[in-house]
Amino acid sequence: MFGKDFFKHGVHPPEFKELTAQEPTRRIPFPKEIILPLAQHIGAPAVPLVKVGDRVERGDKIADAGGFVSVPIHASASGVVTKIARAPHPNGSWSEAIHLEVDTWSAQEPRPRIISNWQENLSPKEIIDAIQQGGLVGMGGAAFPTHVKLSPPPEQKLDLILLNGCECEPYLTTDHRSMVEFPDRVHLGTRILMKCLGVQKAIVGIERNKPDAIEIMRATVPSDLDIEILPLEVKYPQGAEKMLIKAVTNREVPTGGLPMHIGVVVQNVASVATIAEIFETGLPLIERILTVTGRGVRQPRNLIVPIGTPLEDILQACGGFAEDAAEVIMGGPMMGIAQGNLRTPILKGTSGVVVLTTEDVKPKDVYPCIRCGHCLDACPVFLDPQILGSLGLHQDYETMMEHHLSTCMLCGCCSYVCPSRIPLSHIFGVAKASLRSQGVRV
Amino acid sequence: MSASALLVSALILGGVCTFFGVSIALANRKLRVWEDPRIAEVEELLPGTNCGACGTPGCRAFAEALVKEEHQPSGCTVMGPDDVDVVAEYLGVDAGEAQKRVARLLCAGSSDVAVQLAPYQGHHTCQAAAAVTGGGKGCAWGCLGLADCAEACDFDAIHMSANDLPVVNPDLCTACNDCVVVCPKDLFVLMPIEQKILVQCKSLLEGEPAQELCEVACTGCGICAADAAEGLIAITDGLAVVDYSKNESASEDAIRRCPTNAIVWIDGAQFPELQVPERSFAV
Repeated sequence: MFGKDFFKHGVHPPEFKELTAQEPTRRIPFPKEIILPLAQHIGAPAVPLVKVGDRVERGDKIADAGGFVSVPIHASASGVVTKIARAPHPNGSWSEAIHLEVDTWSAQEPRPRIISNWQENLSPKEIIDAIQQGGLVGMGGAAFPTHVKLSPPPEQKLDLILLNGCECEPYLTTDHRSMVEFPDRVHLGTRILMKCLGVQKAIVGIERNKPDAIEIMRATVPSDLDIEILPLEVKYPQGAEKMLIKAVTNREVPTGGLPMHIGVVVQNVASVATIAEIFETGLPLIERILTVTGRGVRQPRNLIVPIGTPLEDILQACGGFAEDAAEVIMGGPMMGIAQGNLRTPILKGTSGVVVLTTEDVKPKDVYPCIRCGHCLDACPVFLDPQILGSLGLHQDYETMMEHHLSTCMLCGCCSYVCPSRIPLSHIFGVAKASLRSQGVRV
Repeated sequence: MSASALLVSALILGGVCTFFGVSIALANRKLRVWEDPRIAEVEELLPGTNCGACGTPGCRAFAEALVKEEHQPSGCTVMGPDDVDVVAEYLGVDAGEAQKRVARLLCAGSSDVAVQLAPYQGHHTCQAAAAVTGGGKGCAWGCLGLADCAEACDFDAIHMSANDLPVVNPDLCTACNDCVVVCPKDLFVLMPIEQKILVQCKSLLEGEPAQELCEVACTGCGICAADAAEGLIAITDGLAVVDYSKNESASEDAIRRCPTNAIVWIDGAQFPELQVPERSFAV
């Protein structure tokens, strides 16, 4: 059943995790305004339940799921709805969002909604419903609604829950701190998942550069559960779902298929900890652990922030920009998106804010491809970035599809290794965006 | 070698040649597809740019359509009126009334009036910048100014102005639709040149937030709608929308009180102050 604890290809960029790896998570003051975009997840946007002028308490549901592949949104602070209008979204658009003016005098006590007796009283279906009602999405970055992953078709047999604690993106320490500080919550979440999916075995994959997390997670495994902590090679993109499955089980997800087709469910450790929180404290997903790091910010820290806090307030809580700060990235430096507007709020799927300096982002000249083949050796899904790149530059997107562009997950390994500094994965992203606008599924 | 051997081989070869010659002649009779010779002639007269502005896949297809009288010669927007007359005369048909259309840009947010939140470095095309949080421009709907349209234009009709706005030369524009397709922000529209009233903004923000990002944004204030003839302009999603089916009732009154100059009256070229002098151009 087991693999070799690594996948082929991939890269190993400098980690820079020492900036925040030992920083305990801390809370920050509530911001004046909270902006909650209705589209925070993959799938249909949520539908607002409140109107301008309504008073909401922390944890109240303020927007309902817009379909099966959708989750509700909850108020992450007590306050008043000031407007439902367009606000900057991390993807660069201005999308509909609920704006809350936060009560400065409030104790921010959530209304109690604890679901304590889940183990005896709830059927798997009800557990999954509670998870959807908790607004839970994958917190590793892709923000895919969790309950959809937990609802395989009945004929699909699952035999393994795989917890993703790799955190292979440089700089980020969100999952690391979740495991070090809340190991019991991760294990409780795993217990809930195992009950609701009827799976007996769980494996937590953690890269070897987090020895403290491996140790703590091992020491706290409940004796009645079959949970294995598996140290993995430090390599990017180890945390990509398909790479992780390959490394741990030596099974391969077929092209266009899902992990559930080979009997595996993958969940990010932070998401699992939040599942536990939904049942333990009754709090839906209204706050998350967030790494604010990089040499462009004065005090790199791990924060627990309410969802919807604007970037400005988060950076301010970390001492503000250093003098040579140049670029703010939401997510990790490999796959994250550079932000132009500091009023952009952090979303459920935002795992980090990385501020790079002018030194880090110095513009460099791009040279022609010299056919060295480094990108072929780096691509974790065995594509040919060289041919894809030249096709992309000539905007021959149809031929790119013949070269399996849809398998590319834009991990950025090819761009990282290219000695001519050709922005390969950027070119592929443009191709995908262009094809998508024509209605092609990529 | 005997004379008879020579004779036999000559006869065999001659026989084979005659057989195939006759077959080809018969096949030519039987399987021949007749084509109107005028199609080739007309194609010769057309500009040969294959731009597609006429609505057919290329000049050859347009020539076929002309001969079948499915199109009128004036459907070709690349030829001048004299060339259109030549084609019409050759085919003995009416040249038709052409409605001159040009590409118009629905954004006036040049770099001196629109807020730039962050500089964009990297692959230097609008498509690429749009893939990275929509480029560094404050307005998420505005022109990125990286000249994908000028690059795409086969007729040299689009030039970038000094403040990063593409300027269309209406005399050279054939309304071929290439710029409309290539713009990642969907900012180009093809409009009949006699439609003179134009809202040069696509920002869906309303009021102050819109104006904070761009001095010439449409704030959706509704003054133009009130000043214009009944039903000509409506405010939808924070944007003034002109109903061009009522174009006859349009007048310059509608634009006079616009606080941001987002709505304009265009006579000929858009952005006349940014027009670049015409350059030598050959198809």
